[in-house]
Amino acid sequence: MDITLAVNGRQVTASIEANTLLSALLREGLALTGTHVACDTSQCGACTVLVDGASVKSCTLLAAEAAGATVVTIEGLAADGALHPMQQAFHDEHGLQCGFCTPGMVMSAVDLVAGNPDPSEAEIRAWLKGNICRCTGYQNIVKAICAGAAALRSA
Amino acid sequence: MTQDGIGAPLRRKEDRRFLTGRGRYVHDIVRPGQLYAVFLRSPHAHAEILGIDTRPALAGTGVVAVYTAADTAGKINGVPCAWGIAGKDGKPMKEPPHPPLALGKVRHVGDPVAMVVAESLAAARNAAELVQVSYKVLPAVTGVADAVKPGAPQLYDDVPGNLCCDWAVGDKAKTDAAFAKAHHVARLDLVNNRLVPNAMESRAALAEYEPATGDYTLYTSTQLPHVARVLLGVLMLGIPERKFRVVAPDVGGGFGSKQVVYAEEALVTWAAGQLERPVKWVAERSEAFLSDAQGRDHVTHAELALDKDGKFLGLRVATLANIGGYVSTFGPNIPTNLYGPLLAGAYTTPAIYCEVKVVFSNTVPTDAYRGAGRPEATYVLERIVDVAARDLGLDRVDIRRRNFIAKDAYPYQTPVMLQYDTGDHAATLARALDLSGWSGFAARRAGAASRGKLRGIGIVTYIEACGLAPSRIAQQLGARGGLFESANIRVNPSGDVSVFTGAHSHGQGHETVFAQLVGELLGVPSANVEVVHGDTARSPFGLGTYGSRSAAVGGAALFKAAGKIIDKGKKIAAALLEASEQDIEFKNGAFMVAGTDRAKSFVEIAGAAYTPPPSYPLETLEPGLEETAFYDPVNFTYPGGCHVAEVEIDPETGVTTLVAYTAVDDVGTVLNPMIVEGQVHGGVVQGVGQALCEDCVYDPESGQLLSGSFMDYCMPRADDLPVIVSATESTVSAHNPIGVKGCGETGTIASPATVMNAVVDALAAYGISHVDMPASPQRIWRAIQAAAPRAAAE
Ligand code: FES
Ligand code: FES
Repeated sequence: MDITLAVNGRQVTASIEANTLLSALLREGLALTGTHVACDTSQCGACTVLVDGASVKSCTLLAAEAAGATVVTIEGLAADGALHPMQQAFHDEHGLQCGFCTPGMVMSAVDLVAGNPDPSEAEIRAWLKGNICRCTGYQNIVKAICAGAAALRSA
Repeated sequence: MTQDGIGAPLRRKEDRRFLTGRGRYVHDIVRPGQLYAVFLRSPHAHAEILGIDTRPALAGTGVVAVYTAADTAGKINGVPCAWGIAGKDGKPMKEPPHPPLALGKVRHVGDPVAMVVAESLAAARNAAELVQVSYKVLPAVTGVADAVKPGAPQLYDDVPGNLCCDWAVGDKAKTDAAFAKAHHVARLDLVNNRLVPNAMESRAALAEYEPATGDYTLYTSTQLPHVARVLLGVLMLGIPERKFRVVAPDVGGGFGSKQVVYAEEALVTWAAGQLERPVKWVAERSEAFLSDAQGRDHVTHAELALDKDGKFLGLRVATLANIGGYVSTFGPNIPTNLYGPLLAGAYTTPAIYCEVKVVFSNTVPTDAYRGAGRPEATYVLERIVDVAARDLGLDRVDIRRRNFIAKDAYPYQTPVMLQYDTGDHAATLARALDLSGWSGFAARRAGAASRGKLRGIGIVTYIEACGLAPSRIAQQLGARGGLFESANIRVNPSGDVSVFTGAHSHGQGHETVFAQLVGELLGVPSANVEVVHGDTARSPFGLGTYGSRSAAVGGAALFKAAGKIIDKGKKIAAALLEASEQDIEFKNGAFMVAGTDRAKSFVEIAGAAYTPPPSYPLETLEPGLEETAFYDPVNFTYPGGCHVAEVEIDPETGVTTLVAYTAVDDVGTVLNPMIVEGQVHGGVVQGVGQALCEDCVYDPESGQLLSGSFMDYCMPRADDLPVIVSATESTVSAHNPIGVKGCGETGTIASPATVMNAVVDALAAYGISHVDMPASPQRIWRAIQAAAPRAAAE
């Protein structure tokens, strides 16, 4: 079947199977490989993208369900070459090591802060339940999200 | 320190591509015309293969090939081991063949049996389900204590008792004599639970073959591309190195699991050659659980002999180590050479004897996992020190202090092979006690008690060996190769610098840290230094990254290469400045005639090297400015330190919460404090995971892996953790020219014991003297239930 959706500000029409996952459409169909797949049980959050503004595990959504939706992936966050404040905060606070969980962490954080502009450390940690990182021990990710939130508040 | 040189918390150069989704992991690479490989894996822990019928699978749409051992036998050699060990009797370990696809028998759930290659992933998956394998299921054994019992199922006909190797280190007679005169002997039985490394990027391999030239390229998620080229190409596939390029592009974490060379990498490469098309395989997470080398899995009995003052007289350790169904790349080396010699720890124990039985079982092979042997040793030692303190009514800090190797006793020869260079345990201890608020614990415990919680505090003082390694020592211990590192520094004509290292970065930040190091040494801004790694076609032969070796060995190689660049620069400068070479000094990025203001900048020298002016002595001095160095260290490095943890346990539910953690580490020279801190955080949390939640469990009857997904295998999450307070308190390593010790594994080495010492302390009122990891709610609750009636009766 053919579906049309907006991805990172661009209307795209893609031909998919009924069982194609959104993560597969993004990675394989649209070559947006910044969205990562790190598990097969919807646990890790590496595949997190924004669908109509809400963070979603793209490995858990059928591409067909995203028909007509507005999708933002990690590739769509930086505007005109300038990092999004959340990306910048991850850089400043050393919130990433191998980088594999990072796109999901950043997208998830962007959604958190959209709904809760000044999250406490405990709220951030609770929000990250669905995102696994094996490298950083989370501490600098939490710091980065605090800093990113602050930057977005003052933006 | 320059602003962006050694010691600066420089932000990472590699971040931007990862933060914008432009990382390039093997998962992301697509080659024109690529095929997809899927492995059919054994559903049984132990079975004979009676027959395989691939015809139904081959008939599937889009299926290109189905391979079994019948196809690869004689074409692909077995998966090799890079580090053999010898037993007490001097005889080599048992090293049965490890065919890339199971031949005749499967030995663990997940053992690969067939490879299906198809036009699409879906087609390959569908076809894999059509391969028909008939098995005769055999009794299986997964637990190491069961595997050594008489009558246990035998994995190999010619490996009696499943015993790969009966290994020992230390002086048995001397240790027995120490025990004979002991005032007290502390005893401890413990299990070091099996773990799954779970790098977030699952393993993946994509191979291509160019028939016109016979060249192979393999993109693979490895920590050691050059070693993989030798083991896969030369040893397994018979592809000469000149025809085989191995690329480890961005790699999403390794933790040791990607320093292992795997059958899938060889099979994909071979299939690409057979089919003359690129072949790609990406492990699914559930497949990773069944095929990535796992870690730990020891059963240990330990005894510590003490005199009446609490001085350690002798340590005796007997361990059964489970290495799974096959000998993995470094498998047998981990629970032996990287374990027994670490049992001296930070203490002056004069006599140590450690025996390890290395045992096969019907489980996924074990190999290096962050810390590799050293967390296991630290766990044994630091737990039994606590047991001894309690037995003798001594303070846990005090007993450690009494037994410390004094700062001025370094260099210190331990009774188990290692010679430590530098350390200052009193300093790291004092700092950790201070940062953790150790002296104020009683009030916090009372506060917790008023909330119905049991609060405990734990401490560990440790030393570890890393910076693997000096080739000579490693070879004496069974390494089948060298363990140096390489560096190539290419100063480009404009004076910017390209650095090629044999080390590999999969999260450690080498592109930043090595640029800082080289930038500082050459007086060039680190922004003008580009670090290249992970490609055998670009970097000189190097051994890769594991064992916290990149800075200590790879960094030292860069130091050496930079020295050669400066030496040549001096020659060029001498000619250009019409001075004698001896009079040229290199300072602040300029070559100057000592005592004068005559100087040439680094950029000018680089320009002259490539555009030699008339004064350049081409007859005696080659043009160009590029140097290669190979650095083989004199010894390991020995990071150490002191960690403190506090936990609260809810006695009603058995839930343990880690409420505070302090890490003070001696990592030697700190090249980038931000990166060191990040490594410590990550390392600590991996160890906390082992202590509190991670557990790889096999069903003892069927041999099925019960913890085969993130739903059953509990990874630490952000909300399981407190803020980790970390600091460095460094002494400079004498074993390499930059003084670094390494920081990649310190956290994982210290934290399991630290957390468990806190857990046992919290349960002290119940008379509980030990709990095995992980301290899951169920285990803690049961321990309390079992102890409570006893405590009440007393
Ligand atoms: S890949 Fe989507 S949650 Fe793991
Ligand atoms: S940075 Fe490696 S998994 Fe998070």
